[in-house]
Amino acid sequence: MSLLEIDGITKSFGAVQVLNGVHLSVDAGTVTGLVGDNGAGKSTLMKTITGIYSADGGTIRFAGEDLNGASPGERRRRGIEMIYQDLALARQQDVAENIFLGREPVKRAFGFLPGFVDKARMDADALKMIARLGARIPSIHRPVGMFSGGQQQTIAIARALTFNPKLVIMDEPTAALAVREVESVLKLIRQMRDEGIAVILISHRLNDVFEVTDRIVVLRQGRIEADLKTQSTQMRVVVEYIVGAH
Amino acid sequence: MPAGNIAIGWQSWRDLQFFFDRRIHVRLESLIVLAILCLILTALSPFFLSVSNILNILLATTTIGVLAIGATLILSSGGLDLSVGSVLGLSGTAGAYLCVVLDLPWFMAVFGALGAGALAGYINGLLITRTRIPAFIVTLGMLGIARGVALIIAPNGGAIYGLPEAVVYLGQGRPAGIPAPVIMLILVALAAHYLLAYSRFGRHTLAIGDNEGAARATGIPVERLRRKLYTLSGFLAGLAGLIFMARVNAGDPTAGYTYELTAITAAIIGGTSLFGGKGSILGTMVGALIMGVLQNGLNLLAVQSYYQQIAIGAVLILAVYIDQLQSQKERKA
Repeated sequence: MSLLEIDGITKSFGAVQVLNGVHLSVDAGTVTGLVGDNGAGKSTLMKTITGIYSADGGTIRFAGEDLNGASPGERRRRGIEMIYQDLALARQQDVAENIFLGREPVKRAFGFLPGFVDKARMDADALKMIARLGARIPSIHRPVGMFSGGQQQTIAIARALTFNPKLVIMDEPTAALAVREVESVLKLIRQMRDEGIAVILISHRLNDVFEVTDRIVVLRQGRIEADLKTQSTQMRVVVEYIVGAH
Repeated sequence: MPAGNIAIGWQSWRDLQFFFDRRIHVRLESLIVLAILCLILTALSPFFLSVSNILNILLATTTIGVLAIGATLILSSGGLDLSVGSVLGLSGTAGAYLCVVLDLPWFMAVFGALGAGALAGYINGLLITRTRIPAFIVTLGMLGIARGVALIIAPNGGAIYGLPEAVVYLGQGRPAGIPAPVIMLILVALAAHYLLAYSRFGRHTLAIGDNEGAARATGIPVERLRRKLYTLSGFLAGLAGLIFMARVNAGDPTAGYTYELTAITAAIIGGTSLFGGKGSILGTMVGALIMGVLQNGLNLLAVQSYYQQIAIGAVLILAVYIDQLQSQKERKA
């Protein structure tokens, strides 16, 4: 049984049918590239997995349990993390506040008084996580909006990894990065896979997809058009599937 | 080396600013402005630095102070509540109506005022989160509705006099020599400061004001949180209405006219962002005190009240200008 099993998911926005019955399963410890033209339904499919959108039909099972009706927060608790293209960071809050957003540890004085957010612990854990990722951040006490694109991407990844996820979905993680920063993100993806995490990588940069994935899934007009082993396919073939010329 | 000294001095200043902003949750500049104002007024007027005058300033700050706490929470979340002045008037009138016209026990005035405020706030929150009508419009509508309801409740649209003594004590009593409203303001401010600066509720409030999409993606129940915030803002307007009613010993349906703007002014002078993601209750209290001290000082110096309005308007613009300079420098750094 796979970690994630998507069965016949449909989704429309008004008259526009975006997902036409998608079937897909993803195993732990693998990297799956999800490619397709703009509007193919990649982001919509991922957002139905994280619970931002609710599917019109079909089922999603995760680690053997039905996800239908679970809120985004509930799905995060079960181990699904997504790193969004627009990073989804709160720009005026600092590094630790972003990493722990929605899951702040609380400390209670005398065991019954109202809980205080444990900022010291958040800062310490944030520092550890940033160090584990081998990243450099000038100061974790500064608002994240002051950092570079690569640094912000690192913070977003750190947030996804802090709570031991089983599945990490990355939406165009390398699109806005410099060459050297791309390398370190790809390295992180391999590191996650080796730790047994399932990674779904959405990207237009086919070079990155070929370099890091085990498998490439092509989405076209809301359907799975092809499901290929990365080692035994070629970029030309993938492109043909993407544009529908195969 | 003078250039080196300037650089070191500048860096220490930045560190100090950072410390006050992040640890004390008050902008250093606001405190300095307040201190300078107090120094000038102490020099200009022998009455300024007396205990009774300081209590006067605090007492005069209570109504706006309580409203400004609500405004800080709402602005931090990226929202806006224009209805609090009218809700203040409605709450005081409703409370007075219950215990004077209906002759119910005194505590019903308290429950009535707080309940009316919270209900108006809850309706605001419900409309904003369910209908997707902008907060500006919803609360502007409530500004009219609450005022209208207050005027309908009050017999002939006039004030309701003759409150029970226990209620009047809440506004005029002086336990240990300190006016009761001042004690209430301090307690409410401390509770709200805990809420915004140290609780998860506060962290999430700032997060939805900063980046609502990010907050939703991390699983924060954005709509429920917004409803709680507007209800809280209404509740605080109800408390301000109760205090105001008790102080003047009357339920006045016209009370609180344009107070919403004064409350927002206090919050912004204190460093809260009009666009969300940044706010502090202690900062707002300093902002409210700057306005209170300015008004009091100009009164002591017998300056015409029209000039006070000019002074407060200028301080507001100056406070935001300093903020802009600051963030420009940070962007360059």
